[in-house]
Amino acid sequence: MINVLSTPPGRGRFLRVKVVRVKGVMETAAKKESFNYRLWKYDGAPGELIPLLQSAQEHFGYIPRRAITYISGVTTIPESDVYGVITFYSQFRLQPMGKFVVRACAGTACHVSGAKAIIDTLEDELGVEVGDTSEDGMFTFLTVACIGCCSLAPVMMINNDTHGRLTPASVRKIIKKYRRKTDNENNAGVS
Amino acid sequence: MKKIIVGMGTCGLSAGAQPVFDRLKNLSDSYPDRCELSITGCIGMCFREPLVEIRDEKGRTIYGDVSAESAEEIFNEHVLNGRRIEDERVIYGVDTEGDTFGSEAYFLNLQERIVLRNCGTINPESISDYEEAGGYGGLKKALTDMSSEEIIQTMKDSGLRGRGGAGFPTGLKWSFAASNQGDTKYVVCNADEGDPGAFMDRSVLEGDPHAVLEGMIICGKAIGASFGYIYCRAEYPLAIARLEKAIAAARDKGYLGENIMGSGVNFDLKIKQGAGAFVCGEETALFASIEGERGMPRIRPPFPAEKGLWQKPTNNNNVETFANVPWIISNGASAYSSIGTEKSPGTKVFALAGKVVNGGLAEVPMGTTIEHLVFDIGGGIKNNGVFKAVQMGGPSGGCIPSSLKHTPVDFESIPATGAIMGSGGMVVMDQGTCMVEIARFFLNFTQSESCGKCTFCRIGTLRMLEILERITKGEGTPGDIPKLEKLSIQIKEASLCGLGQTAPNPVQTTLRYYLDEYKEHIENKKCPAGECEALVEFYIIPDKCVGCTLCARNCPVDAITGKAREVHTIDQDKCVKCGKCITSCNFNAVVKR
Repeated sequence: MINVLSTPPGRGRFLRVKVVRVKGVMETAAKKESFNYRLWKYDGAPGELIPLLQSAQEHFGYIPRRAITYISGVTTIPESDVYGVITFYSQFRLQPMGKFVVRACAGTACHVSGAKAIIDTLEDELGVEVGDTSEDGMFTFLTVACIGCCSLAPVMMINNDTHGRLTPASVRKIIKKYRRKTDNENNAGVS
Repeated sequence: MKKIIVGMGTCGLSAGAQPVFDRLKNLSDSYPDRCELSITGCIGMCFREPLVEIRDEKGRTIYGDVSAESAEEIFNEHVLNGRRIEDERVIYGVDTEGDTFGSEAYFLNLQERIVLRNCGTINPESISDYEEAGGYGGLKKALTDMSSEEIIQTMKDSGLRGRGGAGFPTGLKWSFAASNQGDTKYVVCNADEGDPGAFMDRSVLEGDPHAVLEGMIICGKAIGASFGYIYCRAEYPLAIARLEKAIAAARDKGYLGENIMGSGVNFDLKIKQGAGAFVCGEETALFASIEGERGMPRIRPPFPAEKGLWQKPTNNNNVETFANVPWIISNGASAYSSIGTEKSPGTKVFALAGKVVNGGLAEVPMGTTIEHLVFDIGGGIKNNGVFKAVQMGGPSGGCIPSSLKHTPVDFESIPATGAIMGSGGMVVMDQGTCMVEIARFFLNFTQSESCGKCTFCRIGTLRMLEILERITKGEGTPGDIPKLEKLSIQIKEASLCGLGQTAPNPVQTTLRYYLDEYKEHIENKKCPAGECEALVEFYIIPDKCVGCTLCARNCPVDAITGKAREVHTIDQDKCVKCGKCITSCNFNAVVKR
């Protein structure tokens, strides 16, 4: 572990340097800068708050309370303002996400192709409403405005995998597959 | 040497291009002397993705609906044995004579591609591919042979109008920014494509990122700016990755940086990721977001050309606009203005989606009719449905009914219908789409995306949404329609930015063309399209029902009866229209009617 922050306000070791790997065709793209490095590099240049929040979310999966304090300390932007920016943008989340983030597309093309039945099925199958995380921490269910796969409508994304041309039956099949996969992994871990 | 090219845009990847690419990589690695493997962006034929193209001495051949298995077959037959597979899978091809063939050849033949000139043909991650296709030729001409005034004059003469939706003349906009004095000026590229149903900017960024960079550098010289920002939505990770690569490659080659091509012009740029706010597509909100604040629009004047980003003179254009610029500089203003209509020259990219057969991207000259786009290029309506309307311009736009299908798409004719050009999303609707429900859908979107600054937009859209929700639930009253009309006018008049000023458009256009449908909901409590759940009855199709009892077990009010392995029926008196039977049926036997 490299602790690149020399003067963190009070909490020295909660951040870790993490190298983000992006699979497949994006592999050779420029490596993303870590949250830690970004904070350390911050030189008071204006306009850095959103990128800082984005890397915090990438690091933690959400924006924890302590990250707000931390960013505020380094940038001298009041915590209330940081909070105001977080709640303005739909990308930022203040609660941890489930293991699988299910994003049902609610764009126009999906809407006219029956997205409502897909969303109802997902709520039913996952047992949570839009915006919530299941109690076991497995699934977070969100809707998005448009994934941009309009020709495969209706569409949903589970983490980074897109599933298209959905029907209520195929949705249930896909969710069951993810459930089984996790069960198998857990069982393998026990034995 | 044969070249194998896999379409790796977001549309291709979500249809399964990655396993196809992996399989072809394994195969081609065994024959390094006979073929090379490359990737490309979206060619626009999203409805047949994943696509694989083979380029050899006989020309180009594109195969559609490729799976990992059929990729292997194509590799063995076409690449190794040199025999093209002659069946439906060949969707497009060009032989050595320049003649086209293939089952979907008409889709590309009916288009005129300027913005999409390289999309689907070059490798977007290779700057040399772009240069071979004539890339950075426009930049060279602009830097070495042209003065700033000449560039702006060329843009004015070309007649190019902003492709983000408003259609403001680009050359005029540049001249405003150029005439304002300042030590620092900015060029901003708006890549915050937030309209649901529009994906042309994403395809350009993923398929031809250098064209956008080239356009921005030319703009930088024209207005005297040396720094630029690309504001791209974070929902487009692949576009951002390809842009980052393109910027790094352009810096290496000296197209970005100091003293570009020895001309004394300096220009560099940076990507800013959006964080998911539709209102940030509005330019002043976009500047606020780049500055790290909540993306709320600012009062104009002062206009961005005077005081924009960081209070400096700024020129902001959309992705598609910038992608047009290098072509115009290379080919001259008159070549561009000769295409399209007199007041709306050039071409426009449209994203066809919804109930259309060929969902994808099509670039056509301005002035092409809606009918030509939907039927000749788009292939008509899915499942032999009836064409009801086309929605243009996203949440700011409106629904154009089928009776106006002869309307040419340009900046004059479309606004006359009450819709807007918008960024070019075209969602096609058939007889099963309820227009009141569509209006509710868009109001729901704009209501949740309103930043909250202007009272009429913040509260007015909520009131409109409540009325529309009431109508779709069968609780509408005769006074609702005048209320909607009144609120529409007030919100338009009293909102600061484009979001509020256009938010009532979907309601106004549906009221204008589908008033009967509203009345049917309010007076007779019926939804003619059979979409609004509260106003329809749920019905089990006897032929499809296998008697699995799943719906009966899921019904919360025991309204469904029937024995195992026998057709079930719904008791309409008991039914509460919750929709559980539809979502639980594995045989699509439950329908609304």
